[in-house]
Amino acid sequence: MALSGRFDVAVIGAGVVGCAIARRFALAGARVAVIERAADILDGASKGNSAILHTGFDAPPGSLEQRCIAAGHEEYLAIHGRLGLPLIRSGALVIAWSDEEEARLPELMEKARANGVGDVEPLDRAALHAAEPALGPGAQAAFLVPREYLVDPWSAPFAYLLQALENGAELLRGAEVTGGRRDGDWWLETTRGTVQAGLVINAAGNFGDLMDERLFGQRDFHIRPRKGQFIVYDKPAAALAQHILLPVPTPKTKGIVVCRTAFGNLLVGPTAEDQDERERATLVPETLEQLRARGEEIVPALKGQEVTAFYAGLRPATEFKDYRIRAHEGQSAITVGGIRSTGLSAALGIAQHVEELAALALTPPADPVWPEVSNISEALPRDWQRPGHGGILCHCELATRREVLAALDGPLAARSLAGLKRRTRVTMGRCQGFFCMAELAQLTEGHFTLPLAEPAP
Amino acid sequence: MTLPDEVDILIVGGGPAGLAAAAELAPHRRVLVLEREPEAGGIPRHCGHYPFGMREFHRLMRGPDYARALVARAQAAGARIATRVDVTALHPGPAVSVTGDAGVARISALHVLLATGVRESSRVQRLIGGEKPGGVLPTGALQGMVYLEGRRPFRNPVIFGSELVSFSAIMTCRHAGIRPVAMIEEEPRAIARWPAAIYPRLHGIPLHLSTRIAAIEGRERVEAVVVEGPAGQQRIEADGVIVSGRFRPEATLLAGSHLARDAGTGGPRIDRRGRCSDPGFLAAGNLLRAAETAGWCWAEGRAVARALLAGEEAPQAVEITPEGDALAWVVPQVAGAGGGLDRIQIGLARPARGHLSLRQNGVEIASRRIDSRPKRRILMSLPQVTGDAPLTLHLEER
Repeated sequence: MALSGRFDVAVIGAGVVGCAIARRFALAGARVAVIERAADILDGASKGNSAILHTGFDAPPGSLEQRCIAAGHEEYLAIHGRLGLPLIRSGALVIAWSDEEEARLPELMEKARANGVGDVEPLDRAALHAAEPALGPGAQAAFLVPREYLVDPWSAPFAYLLQALENGAELLRGAEVTGGRRDGDWWLETTRGTVQAGLVINAAGNFGDLMDERLFGQRDFHIRPRKGQFIVYDKPAAALAQHILLPVPTPKTKGIVVCRTAFGNLLVGPTAEDQDERERATLVPETLEQLRARGEEIVPALKGQEVTAFYAGLRPATEFKDYRIRAHEGQSAITVGGIRSTGLSAALGIAQHVEELAALALTPPADPVWPEVSNISEALPRDWQRPGHGGILCHCELATRREVLAALDGPLAARSLAGLKRRTRVTMGRCQGFFCMAELAQLTEGHFTLPLAEPAP
Repeated sequence: MTLPDEVDILIVGGGPAGLAAAAELAPHRRVLVLEREPEAGGIPRHCGHYPFGMREFHRLMRGPDYARALVARAQAAGARIATRVDVTALHPGPAVSVTGDAGVARISALHVLLATGVRESSRVQRLIGGEKPGGVLPTGALQGMVYLEGRRPFRNPVIFGSELVSFSAIMTCRHAGIRPVAMIEEEPRAIARWPAAIYPRLHGIPLHLSTRIAAIEGRERVEAVVVEGPAGQQRIEADGVIVSGRFRPEATLLAGSHLARDAGTGGPRIDRRGRCSDPGFLAAGNLLRAAETAGWCWAEGRAVARALLAGEEAPQAVEITPEGDALAWVVPQVAGAGGGLDRIQIGLARPARGHLSLRQNGVEIASRRIDSRPKRRILMSLPQVTGDAPLTLHLEER
């Protein structure tokens, strides 16, 4: 099924940035098409991140990235309740582990204030260890960033796109944009038909530069994905860190973070490994061991805690420090590129910025729809706590049959096991499918592009 | 089924251990079994092959028939079995929190028996790197798909592991027309005993010993498995990986509870009558240690139930401590006098042989000679222990 009719806006890529942009334009009254290459949404850079809602305290002052993060943070706080999205007000501690790092703390606090994050507070050794009793003895000083929060990295973009769809946007999955031409309108060629749109927005993530080349014949940035590997500890470990535990950042990376997740686990990561490969993110056992060792230096009680999952994400890094967001003069197109590592925090702010760049004359709907997504985080009541759930399907993550069936239905129905995991948490726990995979194969029959199993002969 | 607020005996887990205990206790007490799956019966439900039932029913049965027979026997004895009910927390009292289709509830009991069984270690716990495509499954998931749902998730998988369950995976594959392309074992020899170890050769499946999986390749589905062994690195084309064995107790409920957990087994610390550190809670079956046969778990459930019915005095807490690096764990961890388990079970951390002795005040009270390996069953009689001096388990290697 292709998309028919003319769209005001076509968004290429259903990552967190594309989803937020689609929402923004749909709420502004545009007819929006979202085109995603993969079988399901959030399948590229957005599938593996640290799930933190940043304030932008350590972004380069005056940068576009800093402005988008600040605006994105503010809008998330304003809308999360109406969309049913969780917010865990953990706060973050930027921790110095050496004299050199401690000497840099004042300058970092100054930078935070310059970025409008004026509520940072220094903590001496005693206050730091009182705030985080499980922290390793090497932690010597810190400052608190109170408004660094934890969010659900999948339900947020899911809610953004769902709201877009409920307000008239359309989604084409499994469709790669292979080219496009413009004669007043854009005619985007995809593997699933042509899409006609007034404005094209390239939010193709790790393929952003290649998409620019495809559409405009040139690119002004080059993506070299930065791989981040993470390890996830089982639920009991979550009690070991209240705040997000950040290191003193380097110019290249925010460094290895230890923090809780919205799902009640504890994660350690990411690494920062530049690579040419844009799709495949390989997990390397030796690196995971190193992450584990680093995690145990930060929080020694992690020793002996069980690791239940690992994953690797690819951030679309470029040769530039800042985002590459620009309108193409006279071409009715906007590229949103190089959204490295802060996309989840900045997405709503990026969408505001892109709307301003587009300057379309639109009439917003009088009564926009505000769908509420079903909660899968531990911060709000879960489905298993309410009657009529049909029993638990995934025992490790307490995902119910009702939740799974709901995720297989509706305008944003899951199309892959990975997509179902991101909507319900099934098979993400300690048993990795030992107990529930067989029933999942039966329940998902006919729903996935690649079925979990075929009938045995 | 509406769940009661209170019962005499609440059994968490309707596998062989829980059902054996239920059948034993139900004629004398109000017994409720909570099973989280759609049917009770435990892991044998999806082991569609022999041999089950010799000890319990004196005939050779397939897993699903055996599971049904255990359920029927418990129900005939008067036990109630509630399915699709998950226990979410354990409380002193004893009591448990549950959730099911009717919502959340709390059930209290005179005694709670934990019989939650085992699961296999996942790819994550075995630290297998590479990409994360679909089609990487534990044997348990494969067997569920094949025997419960009549499906197959792949056609040419690699099997990782060489324990008994790994050979059971071969049988499951054959049943579903799946042809494994290789069996990979990290150790220099197959873990399971002969004759299971020659089984892959009978079916033309190459067994790669001293070999590890370096990486899994594939974005959506498994495309290949890269292995490293004595012959160097090799890329084996496959469309799935069965990550088999390395069972571990399904002890999630213990982690958030007040009950003491044994570092060696990963299960609860119990005394010879199956009582946990809070004696309101009992435990039996593979939760105690990974992993024994269904028949073994059944016998354990029955022994713990009988000891409970005998209703003896509170035991002396005489701890059994394994010494040295060869002994990984011991069950039970606390001895004393009375019925229940009449043997100690011992797990090795590495291959070892020598004179194994149980001592109190330096005096040997039980002993045997062993020549064994990890994951093999090792038993020693557990004599009645008097006095409160702790016991040590000592291996003199030679």
